[in-house]
Amino acid sequence: MSSEIKQTPNQTKKKRAVVAMSGGVDSSVAAALMVEQGYDVIGLMMRLWSEDGKEMLNRCCTPEQMDDARHIAGSLGIPFYVVDVKDYFRDTIVDFYLDQHRLGRTPNPCIECNREIRFNWLYERAMALNADYLVTGHYAQVQRSADGQSFELHAGVDNNKDQSYVLHMLDQEHLAHVKFPVGGISKPEVRELAKKFGLPVASKGDSMDLCFLSGEDYRDFLTRHVPEINQPGPILNAAGDLLGQHNGLPNYTIGQRKGLGVTSPDPLFVLRKSAPDNALILGTRSDVVTHELQVRNVSWVAGHPPQQDQPFTTGVKIRYKARPVTAQVLVQSDSAGSATLQFEDPVFGATPGQGAVFYDGTNCLGGGIISDF
Amino acid sequence: MQENDLIYMDYSATTPTDERVIEAMLPFWRDGWGNPSSSHKYGQTAKMGLETARRSVAQLLGANPAEIVFTGSGSEADNLALRGAMLKARDTGRGNHLIISPIEHEAINHTAHQLADKMGFELTVLPVDQYGLVSSSDLQSAIRPETVLVSIMAANNEIGTQQPIFELGAVCHEHNVLFHTDAVQAAQYIDWDLANAPIDMLSLAPHKFYGPKGVGILYVRNDTPLISTMTGGGQENGQRAGTVNVPFAVGAAKAFELVMQDLETNNNKLQALRDSLISRLLQLFPADQVMLTGHPTQRMPHHASFAFKNIPGGDLVMHLDLLGIAASSGSACSSGNPIPSPVLQAIGLDDHWNAGGLRISLGKHSSISDIDRLIEQLPNALESLKQFSSVVYG
Repeated sequence: MSSEIKQTPNQTKKKRAVVAMSGGVDSSVAAALMVEQGYDVIGLMMRLWSEDGKEMLNRCCTPEQMDDARHIAGSLGIPFYVVDVKDYFRDTIVDFYLDQHRLGRTPNPCIECNREIRFNWLYERAMALNADYLVTGHYAQVQRSADGQSFELHAGVDNNKDQSYVLHMLDQEHLAHVKFPVGGISKPEVRELAKKFGLPVASKGDSMDLCFLSGEDYRDFLTRHVPEINQPGPILNAAGDLLGQHNGLPNYTIGQRKGLGVTSPDPLFVLRKSAPDNALILGTRSDVVTHELQVRNVSWVAGHPPQQDQPFTTGVKIRYKARPVTAQVLVQSDSAGSATLQFEDPVFGATPGQGAVFYDGTNCLGGGIISDF
Repeated sequence: MQENDLIYMDYSATTPTDERVIEAMLPFWRDGWGNPSSSHKYGQTAKMGLETARRSVAQLLGANPAEIVFTGSGSEADNLALRGAMLKARDTGRGNHLIISPIEHEAINHTAHQLADKMGFELTVLPVDQYGLVSSSDLQSAIRPETVLVSIMAANNEIGTQQPIFELGAVCHEHNVLFHTDAVQAAQYIDWDLANAPIDMLSLAPHKFYGPKGVGILYVRNDTPLISTMTGGGQENGQRAGTVNVPFAVGAAKAFELVMQDLETNNNKLQALRDSLISRLLQLFPADQVMLTGHPTQRMPHHASFAFKNIPGGDLVMHLDLLGIAASSGSACSSGNPIPSPVLQAIGLDDHWNAGGLRISLGKHSSISDIDRLIEQLPNALESLKQFSSVVYG
C-alpha cells in the first residue's frame, strides 16, 4: 500500500496518530497532547450503538457528544470523522452481553469492547489510514521492558482511574502502535490540562454506566431485549432444597447476602446462577470463598506466560476495582487458553464472566475470563 | 496538509463565492444597508439594489420581476412552493393531492411527507427507472381530478440525472395541474425561458453557482395560487415575510448573471472533464466492482457519480479527504449513521451497492490535473478499505 504525503523540503514526515475521540475530557486531552507533541493527528469518533428513539439517552455517541468531539477537533485544528461501527458492535458486544447473561454469567462488556472494537476494529481502521499510532484516553501506560526488547503494559499512575484491567488483552503488536497520553498523569491533572488547552470539557463528569444502556438500569435493558432471562425462578441451596423464589437471575450478584428473602440460621450468600433451570444457588460463607478458579481466553502482553509448564506466582485482580491478591497460575496448553489459579488466601465473590487479570506490581502481564463453576 | 494541497471535487455541495460576487455585495453592507421597505433615502438605496437584483434574475430566467421571490435558502423556496400551493388549494377547495418522485431532495421529500402525514393531504410518489428518470406516462396516470401540484426536480443531486421537466410540465398543464421544479442543482446548466415553459414554480440556490449561502430564489408564475408560509410584514409581494437580505439578493443576482454569461462554454468545458473522469475511473476497476449511477448522458455536465460494491461511501470519502481530495458520498453520512441511500434504492440497487456511492462534482476551478490526482489516489483508498474489511470481517 502506498500513500503520498506532501512534504516541503525541510520538513520530516510527521508520524500519524488516530485518536479515538468521545467528546469526553480524557480523549480530548489525549488528542490535544498528541497535537502538542507534533503528530499528524486525526480524530475519529465511533458511532457504536443507537436504539430508535433513544439516541439522546445513550451514554455514548449522542448527537451532543458528537458535536462536542467535532468542536474539540475543530479547535485543535485536526480533521475529524465519525465512523459507523453499529453492526459490528451489536454482533460482538451487545449480543455477547445478552448471550452471557442467558448463560447466567456476569459479562464485562468493556473488556470485550476493547478486544473487539477499540483494539481490533478501530485499530485496523487506524492502520488502514496509514496511522503509526492509535491513541485513546485510557488510564494505562505503555513502557519499554528493562532490556528494551519488548513493551510492557503498566497501570495508569492515577490509582483511582487505572484501566489496565480492561486492557489486559493487548499484545506486543498493539503496544508498538498504541499510545495512552493521559496514562502517565492523574485525573485532576487531566482536568487542569483540559483547562489549559481551553477544552470545553473540563467540568464534565465521568461516564459510569455501560455505553449502550440508554440511561436505564442494565436489568431494564435485559428485560427489554431478552425477556426470558429475567423471569422468576427457584432459590436452592447447594443440596437442591427449595428455599424460596427469586425475581430474575440478572438481579443478583455473586456473593450477595442481603435482599434474598430467605431465612436461615447461618447467613446465606449467592453462590452461583444456574441458567438451565433458572435457579439461584445459595451457600454459606465457606461455600462462597474459593481457593481455586479456572480462567479461559487467557492472553499475555509479552505474547507468552512467564512460565509455560510449571506454576508461577503473581498478583491477580478478579474485579475491576479489586486489589491484586497472590495466586499460583498454571497455564494449560489447550485451545481455550485455560489456566488454573490457586489463591494463597481464598477469594470471595469471584464471578464467572469477569476478568482475572495478572499483575507484577504495576506491570499488567495479561489476563483471562473467569470460567463457570 | 496545506489548504492548497487540497482538491475540491464537491461543487454539488457548494461552490466558492466568486470574487466579483463579493465585490458586488460589499456596497450593500457598507452603504446600502437601509431597510428596503423604508420610504426614506436609506431605504430607497437598498430598495434600488434589491429591485435591480430582482430584475436581473427575472431577465435571466425569462420571467417578470414580480415573479421572483427571494427566500432564505433553496430549501425554503421548496418549502414555500409545496406548502404554499397545497394550503392555498385547500383554502379554495381546489384539491388535496400532490405528486413527487422518490429521488427528490429532502427539502421536497420531507415537506411532502409532512403535508401527507400531519396535514391530511394525499401524496403519490412516482416510480423512477434504473437511471432515476420519471416517465410522462407514469405521471399522466397518477394525475387525478383533485391533483393540485406536481414537483419533480430538474436534476438529482446524488446521481446527476436530469429529468425531462419540460415534457413533465406539459403533461401537468394539459391537466390543469401546477408544476414545480427544484432546480437547485441544475440552474446554471440550462438556458431558461420560463415565460414559454410549462413551469409554474422553480427553486434556485445561488451558493451552488458561486453566490452566497443564506439566500434562495423561488420563481412563482403570475397568478399561481400560493399563500405565504412565512407570515409577517408582507415583504416579497406578500409571499415571504422578513426584511430581505439585500446584499445576499444582490450577490445572488450577480452570481447568476456571471454563470449564465458563459453557459455554453462552461457546460462544454465541464462535460469534457467529466467524460474523461468517468471513462478513466470505470477503467480502473472491474465492472463487477464499480458502476456509474444515474443516466450516462442525460445528466448534469459537471456531475459524475459511482457506486462501489460493498464499500461504504462515507468511508471512501474519509480516505479521499485524508489524501487531499474533497468528494462526497452523496448521502447523509457526516453523522456516521449511514442508512442505505434512498436514491440508490429507488433506482434498484441492492444492499451490496446502496451503502452510499461516490459523487465527484466539478466546477470552474476544476482541471485535468485534479482528475489525474483522483485517478491516481482512488485505488489506494479502495485498497486500504478492502484490506481493512478483510482483516476485520474476514
